[in-house]
Amino acid sequence: MRRTLIESLMRGPVTDPRPAPDDAALAELSASVDRKARRRLGRSLAIRQIDAGSCNGCELEIHALNSAFYDLERFGLRFVASPRHADVLLVTGPVTKNMREALERTYRATPDPKWVVAVGDCALDGGVFAGSYAVVGGVSNVVPVDLHIRGCPPSPSDLLKGLIALLDYVSTNTAAP
Amino acid sequence: MPSLISIAQGRLVNDHRPWLRVLVTPEIWSAIAKELAAGRATLLGLWADAGASCAVHMAVMAEDTKDIVVISLACPKEEFPSVGALHPPAIRLERTVHSLYGLKPIGAPDSRPWLDLGFWDVQFPLGARSAAPPAQPYEFLPVEGENLHQIPVGPVHAGIIEPGHFRFTASGETVVRLEERLGYVHKGIESLMAGATTEHAAKLAARASGDSTVAYGIAFARAVEAALKVEAPPRAHYLRALMAELERLANHLGDIGAICNDASFAIMHAHCGILRERVLRAAQFCFDHRLMMDRVAPGGVAADLHAEGAAFLKDVLRQLRQTFPRLVELYDNTASLQDRTASTGIVDAASARRFGASGFVGRASGRDFDTRKNPGYPPYRELDFEVPVLTDGDVNARVWLRIREVEQSFALIEQIIERLPQGPIAVALDEGVRAGEGLALVEGFRGDVLVSVKLDGDRVVRCHLRDPSWFQWPLLEAAIEGNIVADFPLCNKSFNCSYSGHDL
Repeated sequence: MRRTLIESLMRGPVTDPRPAPDDAALAELSASVDRKARRRLGRSLAIRQIDAGSCNGCELEIHALNSAFYDLERFGLRFVASPRHADVLLVTGPVTKNMREALERTYRATPDPKWVVAVGDCALDGGVFAGSYAVVGGVSNVVPVDLHIRGCPPSPSDLLKGLIALLDYVSTNTAAP
Repeated sequence: MPSLISIAQGRLVNDHRPWLRVLVTPEIWSAIAKELAAGRATLLGLWADAGASCAVHMAVMAEDTKDIVVISLACPKEEFPSVGALHPPAIRLERTVHSLYGLKPIGAPDSRPWLDLGFWDVQFPLGARSAAPPAQPYEFLPVEGENLHQIPVGPVHAGIIEPGHFRFTASGETVVRLEERLGYVHKGIESLMAGATTEHAAKLAARASGDSTVAYGIAFARAVEAALKVEAPPRAHYLRALMAELERLANHLGDIGAICNDASFAIMHAHCGILRERVLRAAQFCFDHRLMMDRVAPGGVAADLHAEGAAFLKDVLRQLRQTFPRLVELYDNTASLQDRTASTGIVDAASARRFGASGFVGRASGRDFDTRKNPGYPPYRELDFEVPVLTDGDVNARVWLRIREVEQSFALIEQIIERLPQGPIAVALDEGVRAGEGLALVEGFRGDVLVSVKLDGDRVVRCHLRDPSWFQWPLLEAAIEGNIVADFPLCNKSFNCSYSGHDL
């Protein structure tokens, strides 16, 4: 363990650097999320993820945001365990009929102001699962959605892009106090 | 001792490949159930058909010869003799057959619905559909005793995980009983497949469980190819295996880290997360999709590996081979971590065998079974690898099993890159016969995925998908008994069952 720890200290983080010359897009995203998150929401935005029938592909990529490469928390964005602690609900899946009530109740448990981001192609309109007896088809059929992040599944970079779009949306749709 | 095949006498169904399908009488159906109960055969799946061909089907494997046979029983009266009455692993499958098709298992020990949670507009959605009756409250199994309390958890859990309900009954800190209630992510995939084009059905199969998209892709493709009597070209077989081993690597690395994280040992999680991300980025570079979704197609594969991809992979593999052993050493030498994982959540060998548990859950409890070896499929017969088997059956054994499989996957990927044959990567499906039925068993990271498909032209008549989780979820209920509530996340993560693959 000592060797691993010391090497980690010596080598520095693997986190994609902010002004990464080899990954300009992600660096641009990183800076943008950081600046806007600070201005609009202090330094933090709490996200609660809800799987409303996904195939678990979206969850894998949402998980990746927490890895050292993306390190979501450096922007003040973090996942929380309860909807009562959340500003944002990140909802995946075509919304199965078996999950509709749980989604509605989770939404009601989230304090205002709150925003809903629907993640993945099936969260938009049911995707390949549309038309099934067991599927409502799209998150916006159940709770109001502020933003869709497309992809099957969206990559971690796509998810970061989406969170920026959300911050833009918040800044243009929230009246200044 | 009569062999399973000699018991399964009946009318042979034409055009079912590669294994036999036999139409049997209720007596022979029950005789096979007795073979399962006696441990002379293993249940691989149990599903149904509705309408004119209303029947139940059971895929079974003889324990001695490893022969596989599908037996079918016509159900003109919409009922069949319960297998679950004799052989508990069939109980949830039969409850599902009743909830989805309306076919009743006679003598079944548990008649409660499964997957149908009372939110659908229709009853028996895959059978004789009718308007759903008012939902009845679900009765959890009764518990009796002093000082017991219940903890209901879910369907919405506290992390980034799939939804399901767990009902714990505890005495103080100790779990006396866990009862699972699943079905929250039921999307009705099998109903969407009926009548779909083979191409669209392949997309649905690839989304049965996102973490196993390659395994499902291969299983569906192999079932279709068996039904239509076509053979994918050698290069496609090798590329499928390459994707399957990358998928296994990515998931095992993620799991090893996540299990340690649930024991509050975050450094393993961080480092394993880095290795996982390197594998996903390699997949993106080689096949233009991080999870390699839709890159396997019936007839072959949809993406080829180019020279730069092979070089990139070799480089990533070199990095992994350098870093991974040190993480293994870290796991092995951290007593406080071992204290959490060793002797926690034990699955005994008899249960693993009875349930036919595959993957790391079965192999960490002594069940030496891997479909890459037996029945085996290309290209694995041409590759050198071992199937690690351990016997402790605890969380620690499931971690070590994954570690050993990661090492095997390193070796497999190196061999595949080295020996990758030249040639086409797909064949046209219309080179084969027009219609038929196919069955496939493919080793995903979590265990064997079974796909049964019936095709007519370019349309799917019927397709059934069986996730390995079906035979692992019930063992989780058994494994947690006597452990403390706080160890449940650790046990659950060490199983890492699929909710979506189970619920479909």
